[in-house]
Amino acid sequence: MASVQREVLLDPLINNNPIALQVLGLCSALAVTTKMSTAFVMSVAVIAVMALSNTAISLIRNMIPPNIRIIVQLTIIASLVIITDQVLQAFVYDISKQLTVFVGLIITNCIIMGRAEAFAMQNPPGLSFIDGIGNGLGYGLVLMAVAFARELLGSGKLFGVTILPLVTEGGWYQPNGLMLLAPAAFFLIGCFIWAVRSWKPEQVEEDFHVGALLEPGHEGNLR
Amino acid sequence: MQHSTAYIIGFSTVVCVICALFVATSEVSLRPLKERNIRVDRQKNILSVAGLVEPGEKLDAEQIDNRFEQSIRPILIDLATGEENTGIDPASFNQRAAARDPARSSAAPPNPSKVLRVPDQALIYEVVKNGEVDSIIIPIEGYGLWSVLYGYLALAPDLRTIRGITYYDQKETAGLGGEVENPSWKAKWVGRKAFDERGRIKIAVAKGPAGPPDKDPYRVDGLSGATITSRGVTNMLQFWLGAEGFGPYLNRLRGQAGA
Repeated sequence: MASVQREVLLDPLINNNPIALQVLGLCSALAVTTKMSTAFVMSVAVIAVMALSNTAISLIRNMIPPNIRIIVQLTIIASLVIITDQVLQAFVYDISKQLTVFVGLIITNCIIMGRAEAFAMQNPPGLSFIDGIGNGLGYGLVLMAVAFARELLGSGKLFGVTILPLVTEGGWYQPNGLMLLAPAAFFLIGCFIWAVRSWKPEQVEEDFHVGALLEPGHEGNLR
Repeated sequence: MQHSTAYIIGFSTVVCVICALFVATSEVSLRPLKERNIRVDRQKNILSVAGLVEPGEKLDAEQIDNRFEQSIRPILIDLATGEENTGIDPASFNQRAAARDPARSSAAPPNPSKVLRVPDQALIYEVVKNGEVDSIIIPIEGYGLWSVLYGYLALAPDLRTIRGITYYDQKETAGLGGEVENPSWKAKWVGRKAFDERGRIKIAVAKGPAGPPDKDPYRVDGLSGATITSRGVTNMLQFWLGAEGFGPYLNRLRGQAGA
């Protein structure tokens, strides 16, 4: 694989992770990470939608009139999400029941529109496809990591298989109910961002205070 | 690059038509699969509440269909009188649609379960084992914390003992209220009594743990962290076992048994 493609694919995993660095797509990351199986299916759905929407948008990028480009992107993304939802309902009904509204809400997942606008509009279809896969994987990586901690500590299971036998079922593990609530995902994603930024300090944003906008050299930040 | 208005309109039309084609194709081609999934899921819930599926037992759609055909008999009843209604085919009856249709339902009195409309007819199931009715399954629904929970309750032929409870459609918090779908919680219902000796509705979800069914027959363990969902379950049982729900039907059956 050429180096450009490799970079486009692997960069979003850690260096430019959509959740950890760009802090996008958090709402679904909170909602579907109580179990690994739902997080996995959600990740696959997002990867599929993002890869296909990036490809489709990139294919017609030179024909899209700039003043309606956001609407065109949304139309394509929304159609792909509906199709994904239908496929999930037809083939993995049980999991689609657990994902409930969140499949439909992939439409509003900022990562997908962000990549369409930031990457697919400027790059050829092949590379855009890889970028979609890469960003989907970066999203999925965080989802799986969060779901791993939440399912293990919250219900003593991984992919529905008991790892830590619960007290209520005759075992020894007292589950942490907090892990099953949305705030737990906030804490875990916060810890994940902290870990990544301790490892790669270049991701740390500059200290920011409003006054800095007025200092010389920062005028560009003032919008 | 500047585009003419005609180009923009033409372009968006083409994009919309292509997208609509894809969406319509997927919807139409996958509809039979989806409808089958929903039907099988409903049947699986009815079988499990009747105790005809072991928890954790894996069955494919065909096995579920077969078992359902063999041992479950759908019956349509008029809720107000409790009499069987033979005028409508149970297979074509959709209770949720009926409850929404003003011609086939009536407004419910204010109730803690937030049931707004009660259908005139309701679909119940008799479980037949070795030629005898083994249990009666009634549909239940009511508000929990975030959502309406839809499920089934199975009663033994004495019409007091609970054979099982199940929920097939709910959007409560996963891991808290969503634990109404947990097999070990559902198993705690088996053998408890819905009514006392004088026919009063007594069953309730406790706050905290309940004793074993023979010592503490009218209470079931509460779901920890889900007080409001637990209360919702109690409320909907009170409603559907009562006069507005299946009370007349159950009374009619009791009369038959006594006569």
